[in-house]
Amino acid sequence: MRYAERGYNLEIDLSRGGIERVETDPRLMELYLGGQGTAAKLLWDRVPPEAEPFSPENLLIFSSGLFNGTPVPAATRTSVNTFSPQTSLMAHSLMGSYFGVEMKHAGYDKIVIRGKSPDLVYLWINNGKVEIRDATHLRGKGTQETAALIKEELHDAKVQVAAIGPAGENRVYMASIDHSHASAARGPGPVMGDKGLKAIAVRGTQDIHTARPAELFEICLRLSKELYDNPNVGDWMATDEDDSFHHDNFSWGNARTRRKDFWSKELQGRWTRLKYDHMDRQTGCYNCPKKCHNVISWPGRQRFSYKCYGKDTYHMAAYQELDFSYDILGVAQELGLDSYSTPQVIAFALELLEAGILTDQDFPGMPSDVRKRYFYLLDKITRREGIGDILANGVSWAARQIGKGAEKYDHNTVKKFEQLPIKLGKVNPPYFLMIATGEKMSITQIEGSFPQDPLPTMEQRQEFVKNWAAVPHEKFKEWFLRWEKRNEISNEASCAITDWNEAMHYIDDSLGLCGFVSSFRGQFGGKTGYHVWNIPQLISLSTGLDFDKDKLWKTFQRIRTLVRAVNVRRGLRRRDERPPEDHWAVRNEATEQKLLGDYYEFKGWNSDGIPTKETLDQLGLNYVSDDFIKRGILTGNGGAPSRETSKEKGEQIESRGA
Amino acid sequence: MKSGLKTKIVKDIRVDVDKCTGCRSCEMACSAFHAVPKYSSLNPARSRIRVIMDETKDIYVPIRAGEYTQAECTGRNLYTINGKEYTECSFCPSSCPSRDYFKEPDSGLPLKCDMCEDEPSLVEPMCVQACQQDALIYIEREEVVDEQKKDVKLDDMEIVFDALVKKHGKKRVLDTFARLSKR
Repeated sequence: MRYAERGYNLEIDLSRGGIERVETDPRLMELYLGGQGTAAKLLWDRVPPEAEPFSPENLLIFSSGLFNGTPVPAATRTSVNTFSPQTSLMAHSLMGSYFGVEMKHAGYDKIVIRGKSPDLVYLWINNGKVEIRDATHLRGKGTQETAALIKEELHDAKVQVAAIGPAGENRVYMASIDHSHASAARGPGPVMGDKGLKAIAVRGTQDIHTARPAELFEICLRLSKELYDNPNVGDWMATDEDDSFHHDNFSWGNARTRRKDFWSKELQGRWTRLKYDHMDRQTGCYNCPKKCHNVISWPGRQRFSYKCYGKDTYHMAAYQELDFSYDILGVAQELGLDSYSTPQVIAFALELLEAGILTDQDFPGMPSDVRKRYFYLLDKITRREGIGDILANGVSWAARQIGKGAEKYDHNTVKKFEQLPIKLGKVNPPYFLMIATGEKMSITQIEGSFPQDPLPTMEQRQEFVKNWAAVPHEKFKEWFLRWEKRNEISNEASCAITDWNEAMHYIDDSLGLCGFVSSFRGQFGGKTGYHVWNIPQLISLSTGLDFDKDKLWKTFQRIRTLVRAVNVRRGLRRRDERPPEDHWAVRNEATEQKLLGDYYEFKGWNSDGIPTKETLDQLGLNYVSDDFIKRGILTGNGGAPSRETSKEKGEQIESRGA
Repeated sequence: MKSGLKTKIVKDIRVDVDKCTGCRSCEMACSAFHAVPKYSSLNPARSRIRVIMDETKDIYVPIRAGEYTQAECTGRNLYTINGKEYTECSFCPSSCPSRDYFKEPDSGLPLKCDMCEDEPSLVEPMCVQACQQDALIYIEREEVVDEQKKDVKLDDMEIVFDALVKKHGKKRVLDTFARLSKR
């Protein structure tokens, strides 16, 4: 019997209509855990590096995390991995709620989709019975509407649905896959659309087993209570109405303006009333004691939910207030658009209009009211109509296609991906490393274990480190105690901090643990629900494998290095690892490049960011080093970058300005 | 206390649908507790508590499995509470042909909540322990019962007839008995 995992993947070939249940190698769990870890292995093994993201060879992989469906609380994340058309690199995408758990109860650790369907279809997985069904009647339908229609059609309200909206169907790069109150962004939405797959509906009624169930259950019941009681985990914004942090520190518009005195008591009172006057309830994901989703009913709109900073992105991009976000979020979620990148793309377009690079002719019939403009552009982008067809490729590609100096306004992307709109004064060295080298694309998916800023007094620092159980090594406490100015921290500490921050995300994303109770939440208060000291026991009890902290750490290194290898084989190099030029006002190229070099060395990568043969072999990734040598990558040959995409599948657009 | 009256302990679970977050920890925990051996498997489909959910309508109602019933209701009520429309089934605990709640997924046999009766007994049923939101609260209360109304012990024959009456109704059983007795 297989414990924690089910031991089978569901393989779907949409070109041929093939459906296969394939047993997996049990050793892969020990090496890569599950979730994104084992997904990275599949992408390495099965997608040749020259395969375009929009090609039948590209895989779209839905993975349950290793802990999904076990009693481990807050193990709610399903990962969706593929190669992103925006970055050409491995897309990192996660969603919460129920999907991965249901998949596992249906009998599958992963749903692996290849090929392309000639017509729009959806997948209906009912335990061992799997059908590829016609979805042409769902074309153009919203994400929640699609889920409701499918449940009705299947006469089962317990079916879990993950669907794309019209944005995904039209291969908009910012398209998300939506499920329940969760949404998987950063790449897989347009690939799902390209494959002609509107939705996956899954229903499972099979047992999940763990190796030492009674002991595990008892520990998990206690953990669940601890997570509930712990104010440092979950979404602080669900209960704390003071959101001065984002509004006073993040940049508004096209990552342009800081409004340091925006927040006020009066505003807080007004927005709190607005929230509670329209909030139905707060919901949680499967077997999680926190409640991070704020479910909002806004007059005349579809009920929607948001969490964390997702509440702020639209009104901050448009220099509006919370009511605007409430008005637009439900619409955007039905269209299936990511709320982090989409507002930035729209703010970028409107800035180009103001600058005269785009003109009124590019926006025929656009209203003058800024709020209405956002709705207008949501529609154009979703339908890839006119300027929307270019904007649908995200800021970085759109800037190149528009030309005429538009490139200068693309000032907030790394690896062609929109970053959070943060523009600060002096460089925070670990943040430099995370933004430069992170392959999960958004800083929220990389930062989180070590605090963002030093605490002002020694007493506060001592208080912070006193019960800091999560640190993998005592040296982190020393570094934190000695840290006084944000920009003054040694390269040695910066490398180790970045490594630890990454470690927790790579572990979470393979186990299906939510960052809000683990990787993301150590930075505020230090007391996370999960860390390298308690996770190994949970792995051991659930899987029956012997795990300890060192073995877990090595597993993280293996998965992280494999993800880097997957991307290196597709052309990722040191030249791509640059934070936006204006991310900090004060820069020093020499010290930054020294830091980057030190980090590569720390990681066991060469000066171009490629893992060395020694590093690879030591982690058991000999098949990677063999491949790198065969391809000449370890001698420094590059790979192919991705190209732009238009509405017509496969067609390339010439850059407008070139 | 008046002679002939005594008290008994009634176990209640108070359900606050406003506090339910839809996390379904109760389902997970129930299925683990009732697995054989205990905790050996997890499967909400085997749970004796289910959260009846409709996210699009903001409906979250945890219900516990009650009696098995052979037939579904002929007519059902729709309830509007605070502007939200619930079906009667949203609150109904029966294992019933109209839906697949509270049936063993493999055999289809009905499931029934037993309040986690166990030796040694639990402090609270497992679903309540798993619910951190206090949407489920366990209470024991005393209820006064009339001791005079003694439980009637049925003999074997009566058990057979009782079952027949339950299944076919008193009239059909009487008619059949009358017909048989004329043979």
